[in-house]
Amino acid sequence: MKYAYYPGCSLESTARAYDLSVRAVCRDLAVELEEIEDWNCCGASSGHCTNYRLSHALAGRNLALAEREGLDIAVACPACFLRLKSTRHEVRADARLKKELAELIDLPYEAKYDTKHLLDIICREVGMEEVGKRVEKPLTGLKLVPYYGCFLVRPPKVTQFDDPENPQSMDILMDALGAEVLDWSGKVDCCGGSISITKRDIGAKLVSEIADAARGVGAEAIVTACPLCQSNLESRQGSQALPTFYFSELIGLSFGMKEANTWFRRHLVSPVALLASHGLL
Amino acid sequence: MQFTSEQAQEIGNPAFAKRVKEISGTTLDRCYQCLTCSLGCPVNFAMDYLPNQIIRMVQLGLKEQVLKSSTIWLCATCESCVTRCPNEVDVLRVMDTLREMALREGVKGKETVIPIFHETFLGSIRQWGRQHELSMLLLLKLKTRDIFGDLGLGVKMLLKGNLKLLPPRVKGSKDVKAIFEKTKGEI
Ligand code: SF4
Ligand code: SF4
Ligand code: SF4
Ligand code: SF4
Repeated sequence: MKYAYYPGCSLESTARAYDLSVRAVCRDLAVELEEIEDWNCCGASSGHCTNYRLSHALAGRNLALAEREGLDIAVACPACFLRLKSTRHEVRADARLKKELAELIDLPYEAKYDTKHLLDIICREVGMEEVGKRVEKPLTGLKLVPYYGCFLVRPPKVTQFDDPENPQSMDILMDALGAEVLDWSGKVDCCGGSISITKRDIGAKLVSEIADAARGVGAEAIVTACPLCQSNLESRQGSQALPTFYFSELIGLSFGMKEANTWFRRHLVSPVALLASHGLL
Repeated sequence: MQFTSEQAQEIGNPAFAKRVKEISGTTLDRCYQCLTCSLGCPVNFAMDYLPNQIIRMVQLGLKEQVLKSSTIWLCATCESCVTRCPNEVDVLRVMDTLREMALREGVKGKETVIPIFHETFLGSIRQWGRQHELSMLLLLKLKTRDIFGDLGLGVKMLLKGNLKLLPPRVKGSKDVKAIFEKTKGEI
């Protein structure tokens, strides 16, 4: 199984632990990730909020570069995932945009290949049976709530992944790793994204509502597939903050990967004491 | 909803509504004001008009009030309105269209920090080809005169090795600059 890998900017900086754990886990599961050469930022929400054509062109350049390799794209950041997905979606529906895009990026783009989120690849392509076979150190006793946020599952006509109101993939995955997965109401709530930078009070309110919902069902930690959710949750909860894991870190931990320690050291809310209390470190 | 006399006077100018429909490619006319979008909107408590009101105001041609509203900038782009609208009104695409119109027409509205954030964020991509958080955040602080907010957080991130000191190197950064140049004009 081979994909063109689009790490996205966050995974090069604030979410290094996500990138490192994704690469390690994929190596173990025989998912080959070939980084797209010379990829650029997809523009994130600032792109589509303020300039429609710019947003599609920034995403489109990456899509065109990956198409040259003849591979589907694997993405870790849900924001990048949705940007790349929407550009392909619109190019396929709109011949005028397709023509205009080729002129803007000065590259051919036929929208042949798909973009998939790594959670999807691990859950549906690799499959729970394969994942289950590798588990050496089950996450027994660790009480988790899976947090999907916005762009993994919305809008469903573009993301084509899991249920938009009550997604299950991360629940099933964490269950396969041996963790205790709790049902909760915050699964697809929005953490506010970059509003945490521009309107700190609004961001803090949204994050504390999510954290309260998690604590309310007895969770010890939150697990996410989004770099911005992760950093918002770890930096805006205030005191008694719940640690927030990337799903790939917990896969790596359950596979018995030694380097898992080095990922956890990068967290703003250290999960070390929690993991040690369950004999997981 | 209530209208001031000033708003009422503007009603009847259909050009704005038509333009928003054209650019967004969205079927606004199907909206039957069920409020589903606004009830599920995570930032509804902070907006001056609710998303369903913005849709109505666009239909009525209340250009100035809409483009100056805080709503269009506070929208966190969470896609839940788009997902839940029973009439497939793409509320987010309408918000995007309104934001782009406000910027291109130089409309100064109630919300000032968020447009500066977007501009700074995109400026960093324009310069480096990828986002360089550290320099982007510092520049944002200078532009918004918010020098000390979140300083502790930034320092913590640096110590954890989670903020890169040096900007990224993208060989095709001139291609990215060209994209910015070509998309500067008209919507
Ligand atoms: S969305 Fe975020 S992580 Fe994705 S490429 Fe762009 S800045 Fe980067
Ligand atoms: S939950 Fe937050 S960071 Fe995650 S996708 Fe939504 S807005 Fe973005
Ligand atoms: S959910 Fe759709 S139909 Fe209902 S008020 Fe919002 S835009 Fe109108
Ligand atoms: S996309 Fe914007 S308007 Fe729609 S629900 Fe989300 S924040 Fe509210």
